[in-house]
Amino acid sequence: MALSNTIYNAVFKRNSVFVTTIFIGAFAFGIGFDTGVQKFWDSYNKGKQWKDIRHKYVQES
Amino acid sequence: MLSRLSAGAFRKAALGASRNTPRSSSVRFASSNASASAFESVMSSRATLASVSLFTAGTVAWYTHLYGSLPFVGEVHASHLSDEGLHPASYPWPHKGILDSFDHASIRRGYQVYREVCAACHSLDRIAWRNLVGVSHTVDEARTMAEEVEYTDGPNSEGEMFQRPGKLADYMPAPYPNEEAARASNGGAYPPDLSLIIKARHGGADYVFSLLTGYIDPPAGVEIREGMNYNPFFPGGAISMARVLFDGLVEYDDGTPATTSQMAKDVVEFLSWAAEPEHDERKKTGIKAVIIMSTLFALSLYVKRFKWNVIKNRKITYSPPVDKTH
Repeated sequence: MALSNTIYNAVFKRNSVFVTTIFIGAFAFGIGFDTGVQKFWDSYNKGKQWKDIRHKYVQES
Repeated sequence: MLSRLSAGAFRKAALGASRNTPRSSSVRFASSNASASAFESVMSSRATLASVSLFTAGTVAWYTHLYGSLPFVGEVHASHLSDEGLHPASYPWPHKGILDSFDHASIRRGYQVYREVCAACHSLDRIAWRNLVGVSHTVDEARTMAEEVEYTDGPNSEGEMFQRPGKLADYMPAPYPNEEAARASNGGAYPPDLSLIIKARHGGADYVFSLLTGYIDPPAGVEIREGMNYNPFFPGGAISMARVLFDGLVEYDDGTPATTSQMAKDVVEFLSWAAEPEHDERKKTGIKAVIIMSTLFALSLYVKRFKWNVIKNRKITYSPPVDKTH
């Protein structure tokens, strides 16, 4: 109950704060989610992607 | 939750419309009253009906998928099974699963096989040199390979067409200037463009791999016309293309032994990429979409039930009007 009150007063009460929180939250979630899935994709497909083999063929490596 | 009303409750409620109130409330809660046995209530529940129907439909579908025809229903064909082509086996491609990317080292080797073996007869019109960059070759490698090919360009300021070395923007050169020339050089048969062949043939990668490695002597009694070759995977069995992949035909840069099946696997991996270059990005985006959509779906189920709670738990009472005149 006290937690709900704290969150309400801090975030939901004033629309300017609410909207700002949504924008920052969406931005952070977007970057975080994309990074997380990318990390999973890279680890699941280790060794198969071009970035894993390009060091063999790039001249200035 | 689904079987709050038994299957026969509507009929009972209609019959009981003229009866008094206590009877109809016992109809509404029929599945929970003591007079119905456990067996009766299971048999008359909607969940049982739905799941048994689903099970029946599922077993019929499973049989049909396994054996190709409906159970107990015979089939007659006006064609021979060889007209379909032998069904290819399912191979464990590196890019087979929903989370799997292409094997780009295999794409690189496959490009080498295409360039050294297949490009003599098959065009790859939809792939440009720049498409290889970041997939199987570096920018410098792709540029060098492009520059080895001469392209006709122009007209120049004199109005003449001229030759120039290739650049990244140019497309893969075709072996023949047109279809007629291709047919003339291949006994009347046109070697198809390979840019989309994996998507264009039923069976996809499995089919093309089986075809390339499936050349055998025709079985006893099967006559193949002079100039044609027998391949059980090709619809009809008689294909114009002869076997082209033999052990050691190509020398791989990374030292992989170039057996027939290795070259076939690599060239099919390359052609799979050529047909679906968006594949890796598509699957990664698919993972994101599934996570987000299933989360939103679960949230929406909760919100719906939360909002509907008020309606689902309301009680409506009816007090019949008292007849004051008599």
